[in-house]
Amino acid sequence: MPFLAERDQVAVRKEFVRIQGPVKLVVFSQELVAGELCRQNEQLVREVAALDDRISVEVLNPVIDRERAEAYDVEEVPAIVVEGARDYGIRFLGIPGGYEFSNLIDSIIAVSSGEATLSDATKASLAELTDDVHIKVFSTPT
Amino acid sequence: MRLAQHMAIASDRVTATAIEATEFPDMAQAYQVSGVPKIVINDRVEFMGALPESQFLDAVLQAVEPTKP
Repeated sequence: MPFLAERDQVAVRKEFVRIQGPVKLVVFSQELVAGELCRQNEQLVREVAALDDRISVEVLNPVIDRERAEAYDVEEVPAIVVEGARDYGIRFLGIPGGYEFSNLIDSIIAVSSGEATLSDATKASLAELTDDVHIKVFSTPT
Repeated sequence: MRLAQHMAIASDRVTATAIEATEFPDMAQAYQVSGVPKIVINDRVEFMGALPESQFLDAVLQAVEPTKP
């Protein structure tokens, strides 16, 4: 059964009109660790990618593709890296259903241009950071 | 997650990870997630619920402030 109903596909396609460049969704799956969740996550990602030609999907296994996983700093599965012209450091751990689904869609559009939708003041403050900042956002599907 | 991911795009210093708490119960427990959304920055500053952009930024800046002696 598809994740995205016909009306969801129509709504997402409408959003994807704003995509400005290629986007790659790098999916990390590992059958032995979380087979069912990884399969569902891959399915969701493929359904989203199918809605726009500019979105590509690559599936990696963190054990087999260890160097790539280390480069992306991904240890858990299922995971998604949302990459535009470069890796901006955006990750989704777990299936981004429910509330996080809209953030996945938003992240795809945002990385496609590399333009952050933030105030100039916020951008200026962030530009002055001299230390790394890792933000974790915990959510639930509903 | 929206503000966090835009901050990640704006700065090479920032990364943003959305974590589905029910699929990663050990992590949720380690970070004492009792409600969502819960935001944890550099394992140092945390808050629950959505914040306006300026307050979210304050939390980010607080997370990189040098520790007071």
